[in-house]
Amino acid sequence: MDNDASTGDRVEIRTEKGVYSGILMPKHAFSREGIVLIKLDSGYNITIPEDEILEMKIVERIGKRKGITGKAPRGIGPKIALINTGGTIASYVDYRTGAVHPAMSSEELLFSVLELSGIADVEADVLFSVLSENIKPKHWSRMAEKAAEALNSGKEGVIIAHGTDTMGYSAAALSFALSNLNGPVVFVGSQRSSDRPSSDATMNLLSAAQVAVSNLGEVAVVMHASTSDDYCHVHRGNRVRKMHTSRRDAFVSPNSRPIGKAWPEGVELYDHRKKSDGDVEVRPDFSDKVALVYAYPGMSEDILDSILSRSDGIVIAGTGLGHVKESLIGTLKSHIKDGKTVVMTSQCLYGTVNMNVYSTGRDLIKAGVVPGGDMLPETAYVKLSWALANLDGGIAEFMRRNIAGEMEEARYL
Amino acid sequence: MDYEALGLMVGLEIHQQLRTHKLFCSCPSELTDEVGKEFVRRLRPTQSELGEVDRAALQEARKRLTFRYQSANTCLVEADEEPPHEVNEEALRTVLTVAKMTDASVVREIHFMRKMVIDGSNTTGFQRTGLIALDGHIDVNGRRIRIPTFCLEEDSARPVEGGRKGEKVYRLDRLGIPLIEIATAPDIRSPEEAKVAAKTIGSILRATKKVKRGLGTIRQDLNISIRGGARIEIKGVQELDLIPLYVENEVKRQLRLTEVAEELKKRNAGVEREIYDLTGLFEASESKIIRNALKKGGKVLAIRLPGFAGLLGVKEGESERRLGPEFAQYAAVVGVKGIFHSDELPAYGVTEEEVENVKKALKIGEMDAFVLVAEKEGTARDALDMVLMRAEMAFKGVPEETRDAKGEGKTKYSRPLPGKARMYPETDVPPIYIDDEMMDSIEVPELREEKVERFVKQYGISRQDAEQIVDTEKDDIFEALCEYGMPKVAVRALLQILPEVGDVDEKGLRDAFKALKDGRFSKEGLEQVLSNMAKGMTIDEAIEKAGLGMMSEYEAMEIARALVSERMDFVKDRGQGAMGPLMGPFMAQVRGKLDGKKASAILRKAIEEVL
Repeated sequence: MDNDASTGDRVEIRTEKGVYSGILMPKHAFSREGIVLIKLDSGYNITIPEDEILEMKIVERIGKRKGITGKAPRGIGPKIALINTGGTIASYVDYRTGAVHPAMSSEELLFSVLELSGIADVEADVLFSVLSENIKPKHWSRMAEKAAEALNSGKEGVIIAHGTDTMGYSAAALSFALSNLNGPVVFVGSQRSSDRPSSDATMNLLSAAQVAVSNLGEVAVVMHASTSDDYCHVHRGNRVRKMHTSRRDAFVSPNSRPIGKAWPEGVELYDHRKKSDGDVEVRPDFSDKVALVYAYPGMSEDILDSILSRSDGIVIAGTGLGHVKESLIGTLKSHIKDGKTVVMTSQCLYGTVNMNVYSTGRDLIKAGVVPGGDMLPETAYVKLSWALANLDGGIAEFMRRNIAGEMEEARYL
Repeated sequence: MDYEALGLMVGLEIHQQLRTHKLFCSCPSELTDEVGKEFVRRLRPTQSELGEVDRAALQEARKRLTFRYQSANTCLVEADEEPPHEVNEEALRTVLTVAKMTDASVVREIHFMRKMVIDGSNTTGFQRTGLIALDGHIDVNGRRIRIPTFCLEEDSARPVEGGRKGEKVYRLDRLGIPLIEIATAPDIRSPEEAKVAAKTIGSILRATKKVKRGLGTIRQDLNISIRGGARIEIKGVQELDLIPLYVENEVKRQLRLTEVAEELKKRNAGVEREIYDLTGLFEASESKIIRNALKKGGKVLAIRLPGFAGLLGVKEGESERRLGPEFAQYAAVVGVKGIFHSDELPAYGVTEEEVENVKKALKIGEMDAFVLVAEKEGTARDALDMVLMRAEMAFKGVPEETRDAKGEGKTKYSRPLPGKARMYPETDVPPIYIDDEMMDSIEVPELREEKVERFVKQYGISRQDAEQIVDTEKDDIFEALCEYGMPKVAVRALLQILPEVGDVDEKGLRDAFKALKDGRFSKEGLEQVLSNMAKGMTIDEAIEKAGLGMMSEYEAMEIARALVSERMDFVKDRGQGAMGPLMGPFMAQVRGKLDGKKASAILRKAIEEVL
């Protein structure tokens, strides 16, 4: 057996059953050991156990796929920046694990969605290539700096291509790190990877480009409004949440209307902050000593205590109007006395916390827990992370105040 | 025709729906009349792993269609809103069974692939398909037909009427129904052999008892070529009996096109890429098609085809047109319903004078032809580009194509043959390892003929009954009932009584046959008992309700004695000769409660007593 053959080579394999000719393929992560995978001329992949192979000849060295070469066409219209961070909007198939991985260069992304050049003059850049489940607060900082740099150097808007799992967190983070926005910062992702004909990436990306050339002065998330490929919703970056594991319309703003709609040919904004003059200010630091804690019936004082001991502040996704069980209030109280911040949100997601209605709520307030209004638990967590890294005091007051549209006084039917 | 001399080679590709739940989710494999929630999508061609884009996919993309999907009876998987679940094992085992029946070798590890299909018939833009086995064969009239591949794949969504302009509508009920795809090598040598091969494969498939029956559940594609022709794939032949006709017609078409190619070369014909605007010549045209097109702001565009005269229409002495329909079908791809060509004009309201004007404007000589299209300018140009492309192909004879079966043996161009680059791995479905244990657990079922033969021999039933039992898939229950030792009664129950009275499940049938064997009622009462059971009664209730509890010999004797004493004079007079005439009235009272033989013995005894 010729062990010199590498992926992409055309080989001829002889076994007792016959001769098979095709292109040597990388194995799937779940493939058994001792198996060779080749792509037949019919297009199908077949596997041949190594111990059945009498001979393997290399017929032709095909080598690695070249990918796309050359420069993407210059677009017309406003200059915008496209910052790629990974995720399925820019992805291809990884044969090592058989999964979809972010790896396509922004240049390739521009090539695959040529219509982008009809909306704006896009300058694409790969900031990092990280699956969104692996994003950390330090990545938020880098995104914030990069976006500010682009806006302050003459770009009309910024698109950040991001994996969908934690896109809501990153968008919320930038909404606090960036102030006096002089252009839109638009997060976009896809729920069906861009290597598929049915991908939502194209429509999402083109719609995001429409938002990026609008007069919005906010951080936004642009994703499918429904399962149809007709238009996207423009969500305020700190009001939006991924509410479905797989659907195209997974992104929802539970407590507020989307701030607009966009489609590949246009955009319509409702109530929104317009872009400001002057430069964007960026304060990119975030504390990573904040925990987001889900309240549940069996939660023990021990566990809560150990979380609080290791953090500077926590956000609780409480039950109902903003509760944890009474037996935990003492633990919270003692850590708050030591200077920790505890913010209450609701795991209901829809609606605001109100800690005046029931006695547990009132006891939590007395213990010093800060009510988080109708902020999403994730947004409160990001906001607290930012506050602890940037403020010298007045954290509780800051958490109660609307800073970037992340909380509202009224919710509507 | 001497097909051997023509070098006819035919291969079959058979797609058969399986009677299981869907291939990658648990939705039922059933069609529905409901529309359900609708949604709208678009598809774009993407790069495959080898960096090539499929040419058939590109042609579809050019149409820029929007697809409307109707989602009744389906879940998020069909809507491409949830990843596929693990493969349906029952469907997989069915393919393994077929592979075993045809001596194929099963691949060790099955890798599902994505086959690019962007005509909207798959919400994903690809069809999931897995190669399950290689190198099997069937024997047809002593000739071996190789079957190189056995695949398991998803059926596509079902096109339905309706939708807004520019939309194609599909119902998702059919999407994801498991299909077994069996492709033979081009080993078939005659139209008739193609039909027999298809029948043989059909019979193997049905022997698994996991295939759907009825129209639309099996589809045959034909790959046909002759020497000097080209491989043509005819998709969607529904009726087995029409297979020979499709093959014959395609052979004739290829012969016509080959002849045209030779003639073109002889004439030194050519194709000019120039498109002429002749709208000015038709401003007062009487032709409805042209008037309508002009009214909508369209144009009349033309191309000239030097040396093509006479090669577009019907050749003298033949009935089929030559290049004309080929051109029209290529133009239809961009949405143009019809073209005009010089071999058929004047006609369709185009006058002789107009034809002369066109000839003058295009400088058409005696051996030259022209083609006209009246449409909006962009569409007309696209259509003529397609015609020019096809005209260039005419020099080579037969272009490789996929054609659609249109019924009655007729076909129509649909797209170029898909290229090789149309597949890439379906990474959402983990590979499936087929071990020896799994293969050993696959039982090879009897073929129809073998089973019929055995039923005739083993159970002594007629061939006709045996065939009907097997063809209606009542063979398993029949054999179960034969355990009670009354094969002919089982035949009557399954083929005559049940179709009349309604369905009784296997347990019910077994109960009835056991009671019959135990003598709780007689054969004559079976219909009544089963009829009651079909209405939901248990065996006990059914016997009771029918009043069929078996009569004791004592009771029967009493009835016989009463009958004899009523007719004493007659009996005395005729002696045992009274048996016959008295049997009727006696049976009227004991039918179903007493076995016929026993009844006659009892009556005889009652007569003897008084003699």
